[in-house]
Amino acid sequence: MTRPSLAFLLLALVACPCRAAEYPTRPITFIVPWGAGGGTDAVGRIMASLLERDLGRPVNVVNRTGGSGVVGHSAIAHARPDGYTIGILTVEIAMMHHQGLTRLDGSSFTPLGLVNLDPTAIQVRADSPYQTLGDLMNAIREQPGKLKASGTARGGIWHVSLCGLLREQRIAPEAVVWVPSVGNAAGLLDLVAGGVDIVPGSHPEGRSLIDAGRVRSLAILDDNPSQLYPAVPTGAQAIGTRWSMGAWRGIGAPKRLPKPIAERLQAAVKRAYDSREFAEFMAQRGFGRKWAGPEEFAAFMAREDEQMGEIMRALGLAR
Amino acid sequence: MTHVLEAFQLVLDPGVLGTVLLAALFGLFVGAVPGLTATMATALLVPVTFLMAPVPAIACMVTASAMAIFAGDIPGALLRMPGTPASAAYCEEANAMTRKGQAERVLGASLVCSVVGGLFGIIVLVTTAPLLAEFALQFSSFEYFWLVLLGLTCAVFIAPGRPLKGMVSLLIGLLIATVGFENPAAYPRFTFGTEALMSGLQLTPVMIGMFAVSEVIRHALAPAGPAHLPARGMGRIFRGQGTLLRQQAVPVLRGSALGTAIGALPGAGADIAAWIAYGISKRFSRTPEKFGTGHIEGVVEAGAANNSALAAAWIPALVFGIPGDSITAIVIGVLYMKGMNPGPTLFIENPQNIYAVFIVFLLANLLLLPLGWMAIKLAKNVLRVPRRVLMPIILLFCVVGAFAINNSVFDVGVMLAFGLLAFGLEANRFPIAPTILGLVLGGMLEQNLVTSLIKADGNPAAFFARPLAAGLGVATILIWLSPLIRRALRRRTAAATVLH
Repeated sequence: MTRPSLAFLLLALVACPCRAAEYPTRPITFIVPWGAGGGTDAVGRIMASLLERDLGRPVNVVNRTGGSGVVGHSAIAHARPDGYTIGILTVEIAMMHHQGLTRLDGSSFTPLGLVNLDPTAIQVRADSPYQTLGDLMNAIREQPGKLKASGTARGGIWHVSLCGLLREQRIAPEAVVWVPSVGNAAGLLDLVAGGVDIVPGSHPEGRSLIDAGRVRSLAILDDNPSQLYPAVPTGAQAIGTRWSMGAWRGIGAPKRLPKPIAERLQAAVKRAYDSREFAEFMAQRGFGRKWAGPEEFAAFMAREDEQMGEIMRALGLAR
Repeated sequence: MTHVLEAFQLVLDPGVLGTVLLAALFGLFVGAVPGLTATMATALLVPVTFLMAPVPAIACMVTASAMAIFAGDIPGALLRMPGTPASAAYCEEANAMTRKGQAERVLGASLVCSVVGGLFGIIVLVTTAPLLAEFALQFSSFEYFWLVLLGLTCAVFIAPGRPLKGMVSLLIGLLIATVGFENPAAYPRFTFGTEALMSGLQLTPVMIGMFAVSEVIRHALAPAGPAHLPARGMGRIFRGQGTLLRQQAVPVLRGSALGTAIGALPGAGADIAAWIAYGISKRFSRTPEKFGTGHIEGVVEAGAANNSALAAAWIPALVFGIPGDSITAIVIGVLYMKGMNPGPTLFIENPQNIYAVFIVFLLANLLLLPLGWMAIKLAKNVLRVPRRVLMPIILLFCVVGAFAINNSVFDVGVMLAFGLLAFGLEANRFPIAPTILGLVLGGMLEQNLVTSLIKADGNPAAFFARPLAAGLGVATILIWLSPLIRRALRRRTAAATVLH
């Protein structure tokens, strides 16, 4: 009895490493670098449940929060590249290393697929005198330093995006004073309370106050109209700008992931993205679906990184 | 009216009622474990709600959070270890009552007041939600700045003994709050180049460290103390609560009203409501000297305040989709998921769903009475366990709680370090509650001060430019000056009597 089973064990030992087709053999950890209950957490959890169905093994979501995403992104990057630790990457990975907060950037990961992009939209108070983005740009040009904007921390995505727009319009970024806020909701609240004049942010973030008639969205800075508010003009329609930047989320794994495992995961992420459940979930939350396969996702992150770095250096945010 | 009937049908479904019951038990457990918060109870339920219909999904979050906030009082009173940050304000007071052998009285009172506060908050939510939400929208960083200062002022009232030592303790808390990179300038401070300190020191590990670990250390150094806490008279939890409620009607109602008002403000929450309520209770008490020695007055006021704040936080969440606290921030995501988009339309389209949520609120608070009673009955057994067995178990729970926040071992180290700090502080008669208050409010104080100054182009007069801000500012300054004014008045009357 002993010999055949020993032989089988030896065979299994020899056979296992070279047969990645058997991956996965045990549960997978899915790291979310942001807190439970937020938008990234929700996207991460729906993705994890769809991947679980595809891979046939439990995919456990673990929230590793802290340091504006640095801690969780590090946990993904520094995990063993065996396919048993993957996670969700957010736009901050293209920004934080410019501020000297981490050494990680997009190239520290094996990209598995971009799944979500929410472009910048420009919001003002419902009773604001500015009816179009053109009005607003003219006001900023005429009285630099008068208007105040909020919607994220200093050096956060919406701050950088607004400054990028101003630079592209040949307006000095200091012409709009940035008031740091903890999250977009706090900025919108200050907008409604009369504390600031402009809040750049995504449409899903502004949704409730736009629907309540308290906030007006002037334009969405993207080639395509907004999925939530198709009537809001695009940047090109409003002032002829092609400037575009947004908050995005993608799925990634540690670098040097063995090729067969990477391909298995990339296929699973693609199928999850294409599933009806994912489309329904994203539509309900108002999040923009955006796909980029592994190579495009890597190129996308590199491009974003360069663009962010340029603006952040110009703003004196880079260290 | 048909909508209300439909709403009752939605709620009185065995499946929904079963969900509510399970969520209640879950909330009680999470709240009672030091370090696991009401916010965490809600967050853990999110993946479960993916599979549910809208009404049970919201119902289980409402129930779990209400239960967790009350359950946080239980370890606070029995072991001086607040189960949630909202219980930290009055946990020493409640524990002092337990040491006097009045555990059943303080827990019963805290239960009854939680229910009263919760019901008060719901009534306001149902009747005046749109109006209050409108008021809450008037608050900008200027108003919040004054509100936070008012909250910090409470530290001086809360601290038993010498105000100077309370002040030092508060400053330690404010110093801790400056750690990290999440400040208005987005500049890393006191991080020593580590990633773990980038987000600063988290409230929960610090809080469990200072309250619970310090207690464990104290026991380890002086095991000769009483082997058991006095457990007598733990029989009738509800005995005398009616009389108490009548005697303490003013603090309970004041706490409920204050909790509702603060809870409805999107930048505040149940934690701050409890601190301010406790401070106000002492300030306006006829017997302020009894505070800190095991006096029921502050416990009932703050206990009512944190539960009413929980319900009121739903006001801006439902009317404008703006989170009133960290719990409703999670709930809003679920509302969207379930097609119950927050906003004015929520009350027009499918009103039976929103009525059903209101009914669930009432149900959850009424359910709190029997389930809370049961929880207290079960928890009292803790007092029978010998301290030398209990203390290691508590330390184990603390480690689990601190780890669970961010799944990080670093936080366990933070908890142990702050346990040592608190032990040292208390050995030298420094109160520790003000440190926690400083940590809770420090970040908000800085954020609101800096953003206000940016908005005002550096002009400090702007803090009085808006009518609401001016009102709050004058009130805060008057409270600061009140001891001086009173002394001056007394001197004048004394002088006048001499002259006549």
